[in-house]
Amino acid sequence: MVALRINGKSYQVDVPSDMPVLWVLRDVLGMTGTKFGCGMALCGACTVQLDGQAVRSCVTPVSAAAGKAITTIEAIGATPVGKKVQAAWIALDVPQCGYCQSGQIMSASALLARNARPTDADIDEAMAGNICRCGTYGRVRAAIKQAAQGASVSGKGARS
Amino acid sequence: MTNVSRREFVTVLAAAAGGLLLGYRVEGAQRAGSAATTAAASPGFTPNAFIRIGADGGVTLIMPQAEMGQGVYTSMPMLLAEELEVAPDQIRLEHAPADDKLYANQFFGEQLTGASSSVRAFYEPLRRAGATARAMLVAAAAASWNVDPASCRAHKGVVTHTPTRRSLTYGVLAARAAALPVPDKVTLKDPKNFTLIGTPAKRLDTPSKVNGTAQFGIDVRLPGMLIATVAASPVLGGKVAGIDEQKAKAVPGVRQIVRLDDAVAVVADHMWAAKQGLAALDIRWDDGPNAKLSTPDIVQGLAKASESPGVTARKDGDPESAFAGAAKKVEAVYEVPFLAHVTMEPMNCTVHVRKDSCEVWTGSQVLSRARATAAEVTGLPLEKVVVHNHLLGGGFGRRLEVDYVTQAVRIAKQVDAPVKVVWTREEDVQHDVYRPYYYDRLAAGLDPGGRPVAWTHRIVGPAIIARYVPHFFKDGKDVDAVDGAVQLLYDIPAIQVEHVRHEEPVLNTGFWRGVGVTHNNFVVESFIDELAAAATQDPVAFRRALLGKSPRALAVLDLAAKESRWGRPLPRGRGRGVSVLYSDWGSYLAQVAEVEVTGSSDIRVHRIVCAVDCGSIVNPDIVKAQIESGVVYGISHALWGEVTLKNGRVEQSNFHNYRVLRMNEAPRIDVHLVRNSEAPGGIGEPGTAVTAPALGNALYAATGKRVRKLPLQQRLVRTGPASFCASVSEGSWPAQRLASRWALKVDETQLRLPPTFVAVS
Repeated sequence: MVALRINGKSYQVDVPSDMPVLWVLRDVLGMTGTKFGCGMALCGACTVQLDGQAVRSCVTPVSAAAGKAITTIEAIGATPVGKKVQAAWIALDVPQCGYCQSGQIMSASALLARNARPTDADIDEAMAGNICRCGTYGRVRAAIKQAAQGASVSGKGARS
Repeated sequence: MTNVSRREFVTVLAAAAGGLLLGYRVEGAQRAGSAATTAAASPGFTPNAFIRIGADGGVTLIMPQAEMGQGVYTSMPMLLAEELEVAPDQIRLEHAPADDKLYANQFFGEQLTGASSSVRAFYEPLRRAGATARAMLVAAAAASWNVDPASCRAHKGVVTHTPTRRSLTYGVLAARAAALPVPDKVTLKDPKNFTLIGTPAKRLDTPSKVNGTAQFGIDVRLPGMLIATVAASPVLGGKVAGIDEQKAKAVPGVRQIVRLDDAVAVVADHMWAAKQGLAALDIRWDDGPNAKLSTPDIVQGLAKASESPGVTARKDGDPESAFAGAAKKVEAVYEVPFLAHVTMEPMNCTVHVRKDSCEVWTGSQVLSRARATAAEVTGLPLEKVVVHNHLLGGGFGRRLEVDYVTQAVRIAKQVDAPVKVVWTREEDVQHDVYRPYYYDRLAAGLDPGGRPVAWTHRIVGPAIIARYVPHFFKDGKDVDAVDGAVQLLYDIPAIQVEHVRHEEPVLNTGFWRGVGVTHNNFVVESFIDELAAAATQDPVAFRRALLGKSPRALAVLDLAAKESRWGRPLPRGRGRGVSVLYSDWGSYLAQVAEVEVTGSSDIRVHRIVCAVDCGSIVNPDIVKAQIESGVVYGISHALWGEVTLKNGRVEQSNFHNYRVLRMNEAPRIDVHLVRNSEAPGGIGEPGTAVTAPALGNALYAATGKRVRKLPLQQRLVRTGPASFCASVSEGSWPAQRLASRWALKVDETQLRLPPTFVAVS
């Protein structure tokens, strides 16, 4: 049994300790918003947050997530940053097929939570691990900047 | 593709819920027999889509087209809503069930989403359906009030009698409207009165795609459902020789091993157990007849085939005598490699085979084919097979194939429960239905002033059309193989375009985001650039001089040149390249790419300017998004895309060795739309097709090297540590970490090709 805290709720799951969080979420707990893309941490479709940090759930063993707060796409809208990110995504109609967008949003939210004013280089660094085959990169970048603007309280710092 | 008659006939059926069920039908594309035609006024015509207006006023569009990112779940409702006088967000969408009789795309005569055809195929039918429904709702309201329908107005789902301001909602009127005769004629809006079509209306599918609720095929969950993953023979035509079942069964969570002649599946409680089980199986393969074949063998076969003439797809003038009189002859051979689709959602299909029925859940561009294969595999009659479509996590033509459905049904036949078969990424890359390898020979003759007087283009590759839609393959002509080559707009007096059909059995090949055009536009637009160089003329000026008879092409070329500041000097190491596209999609595009070749021979794309004339536009923001999308897809394949074979096996397996463009590599993309009222053109694929030649031509401008064989930059070679697994503490996946883990190693052979052109005086 592994004890997990996901989106503020506690779960006990009877799975092997090396089982990646991705499959626990999708196949055991039925939370399918987190996507399978590559299984090797190469594409970012499976990104979730662990104590606020973006991680690839396809290579994160469930044992490593025990005792930490797991946040998934299903609940990111409940965080102030996640809410702004989702709003910006809708405002700019970022998604196309949409399959990678859970991961994009989880990475973007983690970025903005630690860096309210990301530069283009910061965005590249945080988002290069999230592949989008529909090519929404330009809109992802613009939406991150829009969300950052929305997140701004002090108005300090130059916009990239 | 054949375009059948567009005259629509509309019938009204009493819906079960007392609503108005309205189907529009396309004369000529009809098939006999369907649930709808039994109630239809004129049997013999078959509806190909349905609109349901419920008593609650809800308008449901039963979507014949699949949403794979291209925006049809917004553009199709917009067409309907414009004429029906409802807001697009008042329309509910339902995936259509599998039924060619009801939901055929008129271009194909079957239920198919592909070839950038949705808006073209449904532009008028959906408007007509909406207009007819509106007219009947207005008539029902007018009859209720005993007033002239002309004195009533429909707006946002409500009919109002203008003089008295009485009003009734569509929901109230639906049942009454259903009892009225269908008007023989309805007047469609004059496009200048459109309030919705042509506007950047918000996508209706965005909200569900930002909160995890969007349901893709892979997200299906059913009571008692098991998960399977599969390994098919790594060599096409190979068979399973042996497996170690005991080791796999020892993995906790593994329930069953399903052995097929050419594949093995492990069925388990979850994907992790299935994957572990599959790895433990230690499968031994009998590779079969293709075991020794590698890419060079295939190229050799194509090259040999290119020495013989093919089927002539176009012949203008007399190329032979034109060459004889030419001052200069330019010849070249172009090659493009096998390509994988690599949709973000790997192939998957969920199937429940029961004794007397079969149910399938998947994401497909051809739902009726999915249903047909399930019926064939199970031996059940078609009506006992139900297929549920879902959002597609990318299509790009991959989901025009149903191999993954066939395989899943074969597996499910042996499983006593619903089973979701999910391919790993490795399986997805190595068992794709690939964009074919094409081998092209071109020649052109120039007059003393450098103007082309002769053009010959011989395309060597398979005939996908012959396999996929044999009824469209007539007189040995594959319309797709020559698409984008046969329409050559350049004013050249002698032109010959041929296709030499050459099938290679070692890999399955099929459609890939504009397959024919994607290959041909690269070849044609690179070669025309070579001619400009041979004539020592500016590439844009050279094209302009040949496009006098194609004003729309000329206009987009001028627009792209202007917006990209063509001719303005660039720093050393950078270059601009141009390309122009016209094909059966009916859209005109011109693109200018600006690239840089770094000191380490890394090609970087800095900017793309794309001018687009796709005729009447339903949603300009979606058109722009599709161009942005096509460009990114196009850059990936042009720079790096290449599937290679060694001893019958695909050498690539995942994103580390099948490189695709990432955020930090994506250029600025500026899309400029030409607005006019021409017939709508396709837009899902052209952006991809027009990109590779612009990049190749920019590379030439930057380096003086002409690359005639894609990919422009040899693929990334993984030389870093074996493990790419981000540990928990590493957090996100920064670009630097990515770069440091993968030493970027560039094979420069592509940049050391022969001189720009071979000039034979």
